Amino acid sequence: MAVLVIADHDNAALKDSTHKTVTAAQAFGGDIDVLVAGQNARAAAEAAAKIAGVRKVLLAESAELGQGLAEAFDALVTPLMANYDAVFTPATAQGKNLSPRIAARLDVAQVSDVIEVVDASTFVRPIYAGNALETVQSADAKKVVTVRPTAFKPAAEGGSAAIESLAAPAAPAKARFVEQKLVKSARPELAGAKIVVSGGRALGSAEEFQRVIEPLADKLGAAVGASRAAVDAGYAPNDYQVGQTGKVVAPELYVAVGISGAIQHLAGMKDSKVIVAINKDPEAPIFQVADYGLVADYKTAVPELLSALG
Amino acid sequence: MKALVPVKRVIDYNVKPRVKADQTGVDLANVKMSMNPFDEISVEEAVRLKEKGVLSEIVAVSVGPTQAQETLRTALAMGADRAILVDAQGQDLEPLAVAKVLKALVAEESPELVIIGKQSIDGDNNAVGQMLAALLDWPQATFASEVEIAGGKAKVTREVDGGLQTIEVDLPAVITVDLRLNEPRYASLPNIMKAKKKPLDVKELASLGADVSPRLKVLKVTEPPKRAGGIKVDTAADLVLKLKNEAGVL
Repeated sequence: MAVLVIADHDNAALKDSTHKTVTAAQAFGGDIDVLVAGQNARAAAEAAAKIAGVRKVLLAESAELGQGLAEAFDALVTPLMANYDAVFTPATAQGKNLSPRIAARLDVAQVSDVIEVVDASTFVRPIYAGNALETVQSADAKKVVTVRPTAFKPAAEGGSAAIESLAAPAAPAKARFVEQKLVKSARPELAGAKIVVSGGRALGSAEEFQRVIEPLADKLGAAVGASRAAVDAGYAPNDYQVGQTGKVVAPELYVAVGISGAIQHLAGMKDSKVIVAINKDPEAPIFQVADYGLVADYKTAVPELLSALG
Repeated sequence: MKALVPVKRVIDYNVKPRVKADQTGVDLANVKMSMNPFDEISVEEAVRLKEKGVLSEIVAVSVGPTQAQETLRTALAMGADRAILVDAQGQDLEPLAVAKVLKALVAEESPELVIIGKQSIDGDNNAVGQMLAALLDWPQATFASEVEIAGGKAKVTREVDGGLQTIEVDLPAVITVDLRLNEPRYASLPNIMKAKKKPLDVKELASLGADVSPRLKVLKVTEPPKRAGGIKVDTAADLVLKLKNEAGVL
């Protein structure tokens, strides 16, 4: 058997979610090849070659792959699948964009957002915003799987796989990149951060969100997250959203400030190792999942927390 | 220009789903059902595009049980012109099967745009739109937070890892919508009354000739592990001490 893992990277660097997807692929079994598709992505391919247990790294480069166009990934990956029994992709926004397209091309039912690989045809995945877990068995000859990275430990380093260059197929003309506005931040990336500090609607404005949440995140070396309510209200960018329909995180420490704890939000953070909630409403549902709850107004609690942290 | 807007009847997003004791699924008996929230956003976007004069006709479609007619009436009350129910006769179709049924409907209706929610809040697969685009060999613009349509093209701003990306796709295309595209309207009483008179066709699933055979077998549905209850701390200083000494995460 052989599995293709589609790497998550920004050309310069490989993301941790790739290592975690390799772990999921190891549970599936067989040889593991990692596809690094992008533009000027050799650095990411070299990083992928160092993951222990990888047979080889396939590097495909073109402008359209660098822009992440699903049609370009479809044109590249679908023919490659003649050589593989499964394709595993991290369930990031990009993975969710491209993987179902490949599944349909192959006439395969995708198994989405897998949190456990039971065997080569059986997978566990959350449904209903994580309120239930479904164990499914796939009857398809090939498996197309997206992997929830937080559910798997990263594969170790120490490999030395060969890097093989592939020609990228002709660019699809029907979809074109126009522009990209990425949030620039010196903080750790939300999806892989060890500590996350998230703010909710209680903060009341974008200015207050920045004034309160960011210094605490900086003090803890944490990534910044937000509830859907805070993002919808414009207090924080969409990329910060933690929840069922945003990012799923599972850091060592998750600090929820002024977040009530809607089901939607809990679905995105309840697998964190330690959860701290700061909320002035003692009845807020967030306290039901918090290991440590502080019933207090964030206006006084966060400055006190900063000074207690020294 | 015509748009096809698929909608799904799902458990209302305010209802906490309960897993059945026999582990066969989630209990939907006597539970409030509503239109999938992401599909409300796609219906709203289509109605706005019609109000701007970009679209001339909106066809709401659903692949599901007989009761999904109520969901389609909601779409009609929001401003869709007519509706088609593909009666799945009790089968819970997988995303690939739904995409194949929608492909057959696209062949009958010849829309230039399919605009659909990025995922349903029951199966959480996030797949139908992308699969439909692949089956039709159309371009896709997923997770839209802004849509502009002009000159046979759609310019779509997408919510991606790390921020926003804008792409342009030639029509016909599939657009899947994200949360921040718009805020769906409530249907007014006169529009709810008018919706009752709008055409709603019911088609037999078999009449479309799509292969809807299941590929996935659900072995069991279980409750996720529960978190053990935590404790309340009195002060921020106490919290920091506990995080350092007890939890060991600082």
